[in-house]
Amino acid sequence: MRKNLLIHLAMVLVIPGLLFTVSCAKKTIRSETSLTQQAEDEAAAKAAAEKAEQEELVRQQAIEELRLQEEAERKAAARNLFLNEDIFFEFDSSVLLAEAQVILKKKAEWLINNPDVTATIEGHCDERGTNEYNLALGDRRAASAKTFLMDLGIAGSRLNCISYGEERPVDPGHNEEAWAKNRRGHFTIN
Amino acid sequence: MKNCFIKTICLIVIASFMMVGTGICGAGYDYIDITHPFLRKIPIAIPVFKEISPGDDTKRLSRTASDLLAETLEFTGYFKILDRDAFLVDMQTVTSLANVNFYNWTSIGAELLVTGGGLIQDNQVEMELRLYDTFKEKLLVGKRYKGLIKDQRKIVRRFCSEIIFFLTGDKGFFNSEIAFISKNSGNKEIYICEFDGYNPRQITQTKSITLSPAWSSDGEWLAYTSYAKGKPDLYLKHLKQKRGAVISKKGINITPAWVPNQFALAATLSFSGDPEIYLLTGTGKIIKRLTNKRGIDLSPTWSPDAKHMGFVSKRSGTPQIYIKDISSGEVKRLTFQGQYNTQPSWSPKGDKLAYAGMGNGRNDIFVIGIDGQGPIQMTHDQGDNEAPSWSPDGSLIVFSSTREGPSRIYVMTAYGTDQRRLLVLKGEQTEPDWSPRMVNN
Repeated sequence: MRKNLLIHLAMVLVIPGLLFTVSCAKKTIRSETSLTQQAEDEAAAKAAAEKAEQEELVRQQAIEELRLQEEAERKAAARNLFLNEDIFFEFDSSVLLAEAQVILKKKAEWLINNPDVTATIEGHCDERGTNEYNLALGDRRAASAKTFLMDLGIAGSRLNCISYGEERPVDPGHNEEAWAKNRRGHFTIN
Repeated sequence: MKNCFIKTICLIVIASFMMVGTGICGAGYDYIDITHPFLRKIPIAIPVFKEISPGDDTKRLSRTASDLLAETLEFTGYFKILDRDAFLVDMQTVTSLANVNFYNWTSIGAELLVTGGGLIQDNQVEMELRLYDTFKEKLLVGKRYKGLIKDQRKIVRRFCSEIIFFLTGDKGFFNSEIAFISKNSGNKEIYICEFDGYNPRQITQTKSITLSPAWSSDGEWLAYTSYAKGKPDLYLKHLKQKRGAVISKKGINITPAWVPNQFALAATLSFSGDPEIYLLTGTGKIIKRLTNKRGIDLSPTWSPDAKHMGFVSKRSGTPQIYIKDISSGEVKRLTFQGQYNTQPSWSPKGDKLAYAGMGNGRNDIFVIGIDGQGPIQMTHDQGDNEAPSWSPDGSLIVFSSTREGPSRIYVMTAYGTDQRRLLVLKGEQTEPDWSPRMVNN
């Protein structure tokens, strides 16, 4: 009984073994061609993967570059806005109009985001007043803007004031349109 | 220095003669009514001077000197210079300057007559000049001068001074100059010319913005504002020596005005955060603060006795002119007409202030009594008129105007008549300041 069991066991083990051998033999016969094929396939796949990876890297870099560029552009735009967006005043007045206050709030935000910057506030006037009085008026205009920014938390030491009176008009015209443009507070970065 | 000395001794009055009877100098005040001096101009004849020595040089001298004398007298605004074409006498045919047929002059309407004779010898010029009253047939002033040929301008001016002194009792402004700002180099720089616009010369080379020239009362110092260091600072400059000071406080350092007969000045400084007027030493140190009101205070101008200071303040809401009594500290408002009155200039006689007042966006020159009488408008509908400044005798006012386009310098009488352009120079000219009489000129 026990012997029978062994035989059966042997058969169970051997026959599949034979079978395996047979199939193995068959496969070995095929492998001559398929092995090289496989290697090629593998290489191709690997290359493809590498290529894809490379491309992905490039794509990522491009995205990053774009992001940086966009950020730089955004920063430059913010900086340019800070430099180019003037605040305007009414005739013979250094009172900050509502629009001017909106612009100054943006400027304060920018100054907070750029803590290393010190700025100069230029006060300008239109040509209608007299030179001397306009020097004082320009001084008051720059001082109004400075006080407003200080109230928004910007250190006074970061803000210089200079009055140009009516000496540096942006528009040389002699009409209300030109005067309105010339009654301004202009910012520069030191 | 040596040259200067030689010039001074060369230009001497070698003779002074007057008809007995007219007596003391200044006996002729009734010729020009100083309360209304420009209502009626005195007709005066100034024929070409007699050529005493032969030659083209003398011919040129007698022509240019007589023309200059006519122009200089006309500049005062007191005279009507008669046309030489109407004259009945040619001075070259007259045998002696002392013989005058007065009928020849009264018949053409001349009330005064100036005759002259010119002589050139060894590069030296000798000129004899006489002022006559043609109706009274009197010699009023007679002088003989000697100097170098190039001094003929000085000789003519000396004689004009004599004429004006005789007729008005005041020495006039013939020894004065005018400082102003000109942009003909591209930048605003200070220039100085003689009272009649002659010989303009550049004084500063800041290559930046320069403003508000102000003479000291001895004529030796000029104070002004300049952006030479990038911001409006105050410069005090001795005109002949290399001396001076800079006031460069935070904010604006502007509108200097020297205190008469003191080495001190008032100026506007904003280092406190607000433009206020301070009294400073001539070396630029603060003596004390003169205004104390929130808002703009600026443009000081001193009364001739330095007891009062006029200035501009926005304390009432618009820029107006105020007067401060320096000893009591009392301040009173002077101008009540208009919304924008600036640039006050105290008259040398002390009774009036000239200023620029704005109406319809344009400035005009006004004159107001220190008691508030007036104001009288001097310029009308002729561009923007700014920065008035009085001649040292108070008879004329210099100012800037855009009446011919770009801003130029003009002169008028203290009553607003005879407005004319002072000088022709490239670029814009602004902010004239008339000097006091110069002692050494």
